Amino acid sequence: MIRRIFGASWAAVLSFPLLLGAAAPAGAVEIQYWQYVFDARIKAMDALIANFEKANPDITVTQTTFPYADYQTKVAAAITAGQGPDVVQFYYGWLDNFKTGKLIQPLPQDAFPHEQIEKEFFPIISAMKADSEYWGLPTAVRSLALFYNKKIFQDAGLDPNSPPTTLDALVDAAVKTAKHDDGGNITSEGLAVDMGAQDHQWWREVLLRQFGGVPYNDDYTKVTYDDEHGLAALKWYTDLTTVHKVGQSGFMDEAQAAFKGGRAAMVIDGSFRLGSFKDIKDFEWGVAELPEKDGIKSNYVSYWVNGLAANSSGEKLAAAEKFLTYITSPEAMQIWLETVGELPAKPELALTDENTNDPIYGPFLKGLQYGHTTLFVDESAQRQTAIDMVNRIILENQDPKASLDEAAAAEQQILDEHHM
Amino acid sequence: MSGDLAAVDSPDAAPSPAWDRLTVHQKQVVWAWLFLAVPIVFYVVIRFWPTADAMWLSFTNWNLLRPAHFVGFKNYAKLFHDPVFWKVFRNTFTYLIIGTPVSLIISFVVAFQLEKVRFLHGLIRALYFLPFLTTAAALAWVWRWFYQPVPVGFINNVLTHVGLPAQPFLRSTTEALPSVLASAVWAGLGFQIVIFMAGLRAIPQTYYEAARIDGVSGWGILTRITLPLLKPTIVFLVVFSSIGFLRIFDQVYNMTTNDPGGPLNSTKPLVLMIYQTAFSSFDMGYAAAQTVVLFLILLTVSLVQLRILRDR
Repeated sequence: MIRRIFGASWAAVLSFPLLLGAAAPAGAVEIQYWQYVFDARIKAMDALIANFEKANPDITVTQTTFPYADYQTKVAAAITAGQGPDVVQFYYGWLDNFKTGKLIQPLPQDAFPHEQIEKEFFPIISAMKADSEYWGLPTAVRSLALFYNKKIFQDAGLDPNSPPTTLDALVDAAVKTAKHDDGGNITSEGLAVDMGAQDHQWWREVLLRQFGGVPYNDDYTKVTYDDEHGLAALKWYTDLTTVHKVGQSGFMDEAQAAFKGGRAAMVIDGSFRLGSFKDIKDFEWGVAELPEKDGIKSNYVSYWVNGLAANSSGEKLAAAEKFLTYITSPEAMQIWLETVGELPAKPELALTDENTNDPIYGPFLKGLQYGHTTLFVDESAQRQTAIDMVNRIILENQDPKASLDEAAAAEQQILDEHHM
Repeated sequence: MSGDLAAVDSPDAAPSPAWDRLTVHQKQVVWAWLFLAVPIVFYVVIRFWPTADAMWLSFTNWNLLRPAHFVGFKNYAKLFHDPVFWKVFRNTFTYLIIGTPVSLIISFVVAFQLEKVRFLHGLIRALYFLPFLTTAAALAWVWRWFYQPVPVGFINNVLTHVGLPAQPFLRSTTEALPSVLASAVWAGLGFQIVIFMAGLRAIPQTYYEAARIDGVSGWGILTRITLPLLKPTIVFLVVFSSIGFLRIFDQVYNMTTNDPGGPLNSTKPLVLMIYQTAFSSFDMGYAAAQTVVLFLILLTVSLVQLRILRDR
């Protein structure tokens, strides 16, 4: 009798998926979208999914998110195991790894023609082309700018409406706004410095170029900053701490925290910080283009893209293509700009008069037009070489030239190991 | 008896002839193995098999994305020539060599004195134990705030208030490791105190009475009676806390997230290096080689300690 009961329940278990299949509406497709945890991005994506599902009632999109620290591991493990997302978000710098790891598939040219991509997106999209295919499209792009605290400027006797436009003026303003106690400890920074945050990007793609150097060769396989230009740029940066004493790494724990807490007059940070700085109630702040030197302007531009996961196929892939088209459409970009603060990836939409004249978005958008995009092979390891380079000078009084050479050698080794 | 059991087990299944031929004792052995098999299978699947797999991976160039290829001892050779590894190796042993004796001495002194206190004994003991119940990450972040520079750092605010120079603490290549270690020692203290107190209580009072009647000094009692009789407790705590310090991670990672293990690798322990190699650079083969080295270190240190402390 027990066997008979077991037999019956097995039959029920086996037929369960069939029943489920019958219950779902005909032709319905469910696809998975994966990104990392960042509140504003999740909120923006929820809004995009709601709009998309309204327009495509036969497609359901499920958003799954993971903490940033585990994100790459989870994506790689899931897709390799034949599961995971249909549309996946990844950092532009991971393309090489994702492509060789067969985690993503090229965007089909019938749905995403190359001329159209190249015509519609900012030229930095070229970083997503490999093996004559495009592998992902961004919704938004990010650039750097100078954030400044208008209240501190005013208190220091500076004009709160004319932020520094040159590196010399930047140092001047930083010296005037930095405050110290009797023991010489900084109590409020003139310019918050933090090589672990955005300063390494600023140093690599902006300061280096402004001091006449070039960070890498054209295909980013060789480090080229270990020359007198690199040394000048490095010294200028470490002088902020050692000579001018306008900033100190670790002050208030993080540069952005020092600025947000009203204890830093200026900080260099990305457009993705806008969402967080919008909460500031205690003072008014402004945004300016990164200061130039000898007429040279530069910026660091980065972006996240959405790609099609390698295992997606059939009707799921068709739905995924539709979804990808929507989340890289002008409408989606506008929603992303309003929710996350990241800039539209298409000039047609980004460079409207309204946006470029916007006191907040304007400086970031101008930066997009002359910005550079570093092709990282291991961003955190390469960032570490920059952090260590500065620490050796500031904490161990190493000769800047020796520290620069050591950093260049260490970063070259990372590049070599990847490209061999 | 056995027939009854079979009847109860499966009323409509025919009794198996092979099972019936076994004696009661043999059946008990079979059942014993059946029950033992559950934890054995569990450990094989979640412990031994991954351990063996990690050893295999340490001879490959697996990076999570491409299939693993056998590369021989290449990862170990790389490790041997990696200056960061030797720095990290020294750090790991610094945590061990300073951390274990310091934490054991402090916890023994506290436990020894606490034994003599009757007033608020329970409360004081609970206060010492409290940090052990708190998440390491939360503790680390509170200590990280203590060590901040002025104007937010607690310790530096006190120092500058009384006219002493502010200290860089976590922003110094020499002060960072002791700063991290202090928080780790403090976090583990409560557990060691409680174990020491249990050990102290287990020593029969009659020994002490006899010693006092014979006129042995307080120091003599401590070195001749208390410490020798505490030996099993000390062996346990030395091995336990050594493994803890050799595997230190949470404290370091949470106190230095802006530059993990920094500045300039001055606080980086082996486990953090493994974590970064595996989950930030995705160099799984190299990370596995580091893990095997850590395993060998743990094994050697534990065996040596057990041997030395047992023979003495």
